[in-house]
Amino acid sequence: MAKGRLLAGQVKTGQALPELACEVSATTVILGALATRDWRPMHHDRDFAQKRNGVRDIFMNTPNQAAWFERYVTDWTGPSGRLGRMRFRMHDSVFPGDRMVFRGKVSGVASDESGCAFADLDVELCVADKAMTTCQVRVALPVDDQDNPWARRGAQWKP
Amino acid sequence: MSDSDPDLPQEIRSWIGQKRYEVQGEFDVERGYVFTSCASVENGNPLFWDEKVAQELTGGFVAPPTMLSVWFRPHHWAPGRTEQALPLQVHFDLKARLGLPEAVMTDNTVLFREPVRPGDRLRTWQVLRSVSPEKRTKLGLGRFWVIDVEYVNQHGESVGTESYTGFGYRRDA
Repeated sequence: MAKGRLLAGQVKTGQALPELACEVSATTVILGALATRDWRPMHHDRDFAQKRNGVRDIFMNTPNQAAWFERYVTDWTGPSGRLGRMRFRMHDSVFPGDRMVFRGKVSGVASDESGCAFADLDVELCVADKAMTTCQVRVALPVDDQDNPWARRGAQWKP
Repeated sequence: MSDSDPDLPQEIRSWIGQKRYEVQGEFDVERGYVFTSCASVENGNPLFWDEKVAQELTGGFVAPPTMLSVWFRPHHWAPGRTEQALPLQVHFDLKARLGLPEAVMTDNTVLFREPVRPGDRLRTWQVLRSVSPEKRTKLGLGRFWVIDVEYVNQHGESVGTESYTGFGYRRDA
C-alpha cells in the first residue's frame, strides 16, 4: 500500500498536528483566487478591496482557504486520509504580508456502525497567534493495512 | 427566523426551500485545473500526481475534494455571453433584492461523498434555507442567509453538499 499512511490506531484525542507556516504574498492571494476560479475584484484589485470592502488590501478567498486546510490535513494523514466533512468560519481576513500558521488538534477518534474510522480535528489558520479562520474537519483513516476509506461507497460512507 | 420577519419580502420567502438554478457544469472535470489548485497551496498529495498511488487507493486519479465548487465557477468571459455569470446566484439575488451592496461569507460547511474524477460532468442546484432579520455587525447593517449547494455527477450520485452562511450589508456612512 501507499507510503505515509496514518492509521486510526496511531491517533489519540488531544494529539497535536505538526504546524505549517506560509508567508502570504499578493501572488498567494491572486493565485489562490484564480485556482478557485474566483474573479471577484477584492481578491486581486487592491483599490477595489480598500474602497468597496473597506479593508487594507486584497484578501484570501474562502475556497482557497479550504484548499489550504485540505493540504494541511492530508499532509498529516497521507493519501489514505479521506476528507468527509469540513466546516469553517472566517473571523478575519488574511492579507499579503501576513504569515499564516496552520495548527490542529485531534478532538475525537471514533468508528461508525460500518467500521469506518474517523478523526475529528479542530484546525486554525492563525496570523500573529490570532485565529483568522477556524475549521472543524472529519477525516477517515484506515484501521489497518488492508483498510482503504476511499473504497467505501453508499451506506459504507457516512461522514 | 424567516417566517417571523414581516420586513422580509414575500418573493424572498417563496425562495426558501426551493430548488433553484439547476445547471450542468460548463466543462468536464480536468487534471490541468487540479494541478493549478494543488500548485496554489503546494499540495503534493500523490493521489493527484502519482498514477500508481491513485490507481491503488482511488481506482485512478481523483480531484481534491475541496475543489467541488470550482467546477461550477464560470469562465470570466465566454462568446455570446452578455452578462457576467455569477456562481452562487441566489446569494447575488438576495443582495440585489434586499438592496445590500456588500456581502461576505462567514461560515461554510462541506460534506464530501463520491469522489470527483477527471472526465466527470457535474450538475448542481441551490436551495435558500433561511434569511435572518436585520442585524448590525462591525461591517454594517444587513442580514445573514444560509444557502445549500448540492452537487451530483453524471450518474446521479451525490458528490457533495456545501452550505454557505453569507452576510449582506450596507456599510455605515
